[in-house]
Amino acid sequence: MDKTNAIISVKDLVKKYDDFTAVQGISFDVYENEIFGLLGPNGAGKTTTLEIIETLREKTSGEIIVDSYSVDKDASKIKRIIGVQLQAAGYYPNLNLVELMELFAGLYGVDVKPMEMLEKVNLQDKAKAKYKALSGGQKQRFSIATTLINSPKIIFLDEPTTGLDPQARRNLWDLIIDIRNNGTTVVITTHYMDEAEQLCDRVAFVERGEIIALDTPDNLIDNLINSGFERQKEVKKANLEDVFINLTGKEWREDN
Amino acid sequence: MSKPYNNTKATLALAKASFRSIMRSPSAVVFTLAFPLIFILVFGFLGGGGVKVDLAIAPGSDLQNPIINAIEQINVIHIVKDKDADEIKTELEKGHIAAVIDVQKNTSGTPAYLANVQYTSASIDKGSILKSVLANLMFTLNSKDIKPTVAQLNESTVQGRIYRTIDFILPGQLGFSLLSTGVFGTAFVFFSLRQTLVIKRFFATPVSRTSIVFGEGIARIGFALCGAVFIILIGHFFFHFTLIHGVITVLNMLLLAIIGLVVFMGFGFIVSGIAKSESTIPPISNIITLPQFLLSGTFFSIDAFPSWLQPISRALPLTYLNDAMRKVAFEGAGLWDVKHQILIMAIWGIGVYIVAVKVFKWE
Repeated sequence: MDKTNAIISVKDLVKKYDDFTAVQGISFDVYENEIFGLLGPNGAGKTTTLEIIETLREKTSGEIIVDSYSVDKDASKIKRIIGVQLQAAGYYPNLNLVELMELFAGLYGVDVKPMEMLEKVNLQDKAKAKYKALSGGQKQRFSIATTLINSPKIIFLDEPTTGLDPQARRNLWDLIIDIRNNGTTVVITTHYMDEAEQLCDRVAFVERGEIIALDTPDNLIDNLINSGFERQKEVKKANLEDVFINLTGKEWREDN
Repeated sequence: MSKPYNNTKATLALAKASFRSIMRSPSAVVFTLAFPLIFILVFGFLGGGGVKVDLAIAPGSDLQNPIINAIEQINVIHIVKDKDADEIKTELEKGHIAAVIDVQKNTSGTPAYLANVQYTSASIDKGSILKSVLANLMFTLNSKDIKPTVAQLNESTVQGRIYRTIDFILPGQLGFSLLSTGVFGTAFVFFSLRQTLVIKRFFATPVSRTSIVFGEGIARIGFALCGAVFIILIGHFFFHFTLIHGVITVLNMLLLAIIGLVVFMGFGFIVSGIAKSESTIPPISNIITLPQFLLSGTFFSIDAFPSWLQPISRALPLTYLNDAMRKVAFEGAGLWDVKHQILIMAIWGIGVYIVAVKVFKWE
């Protein structure tokens, strides 16, 4: 992996709302073909940062380059090379998954076979189902499928695993890793540190609109240990989630 | 990515999706088709045909004679048989029956028959019609074999177009159907797409706002036109709704429908912009649609309204759509003949869209 090749470059990004500054001078690069995690508590400014990069929100100041396009001048070009999964998004009412896929293909101006897109996220059996009738995991997988329609260079996933059960979550991790292995850069936000540790090549911690740390998960952990940190409790070789997965099985579930 | 982005493709994809969605939405189908059809059915069956006068035949009356035979041939007269004297008496007193006739053979020579007719004061207007019909009938029967001595009256009637209730009701219902589809449909769709963040997801794609508005507009117009054609065809084939120039008339009506719908959709954009929640959409929409429903000549000609109300009626866009529709359908007017009506709708359109652009919200 060529770590020097930045596909997204954010410099001194500031976003002010009327009486409150959501993002105060963030700078970071996302490298091509990595999974980059934005971590931090609710309200830290993760979603705002993401939506500014996605050209959905105006920034107050700063500079953002996405694959050599500037968000100020080439918003529509950026939209064509990215795939966006919003934290909360709806889909057109009364349509089934195939019809929604056709709609998005039209919106992106590309020719794709809806069934092939659904197969990528293992939803081919739900082709005729309405979005509303899907389970949480299926909804997220469908959302991810819509981000892949235009064969994007980068996809943005905003808390894709929130509210999912352990099986669905692991399932989604596999999917995200597959997508990256196919050459797509992934930017993801999450609250789950185990998820970030498993998935992300590099993570940035965002707190009160600022980045307070940015490195690979390994380095961040090593640095902490080197500073003399010790866990209160001896870590066992498995945790409760491993027990859950072991007891209930890791297999695919119809309702995941 | 070298291929330029195709806005038309995006617009059509949206139109297709929206059309599918509308077809599956029960409320859209009910408002556009069911309501107008119910009214058309009711009025279609009510307004069958002209005046009918009920004439009872007295029990014991002779039935096989030229008088009764001739009366049976007269469209205006509806013969009531098989009622006994008491029933006839009460019906006469209530005015349900205009008169009772009793025909007897004249045993004492000429004339061959004697006909006694008893009218009722409870139904004087119909009684008068009956009187003149019967007088005419008797004259014809009596003078059948006689050459006129003074003058012979030759009567003929100009064959005019029959203006049925349906010719008034259908354009009004069509207009109202377009109004409710335009206002309610547009308001709900844009409000809910905004509320459920569907539009936000659209904005993450390269689609332009113009494409979103046009795609939705095309779908709604397409759907409303399907509804209009359906209503017109039902009216024409089941209730003899008059289409003077056949297909040309239908096409003219559809063009008028598009003009009307575009104006009404403007109201819908405004409602979707000012509504604070989903539940405030119906009341705000009703403020726009109900007065027009009542005052725009949907059910009654606005000439029948009190004079102080008429200026209000004449200010509403639906009045002009209804008016133009009736002129086109019944009088065979072309679009140029209703330019005055179209102009007023256009003025409404401009005004409405100026407001819509100001209050419409994307997110």
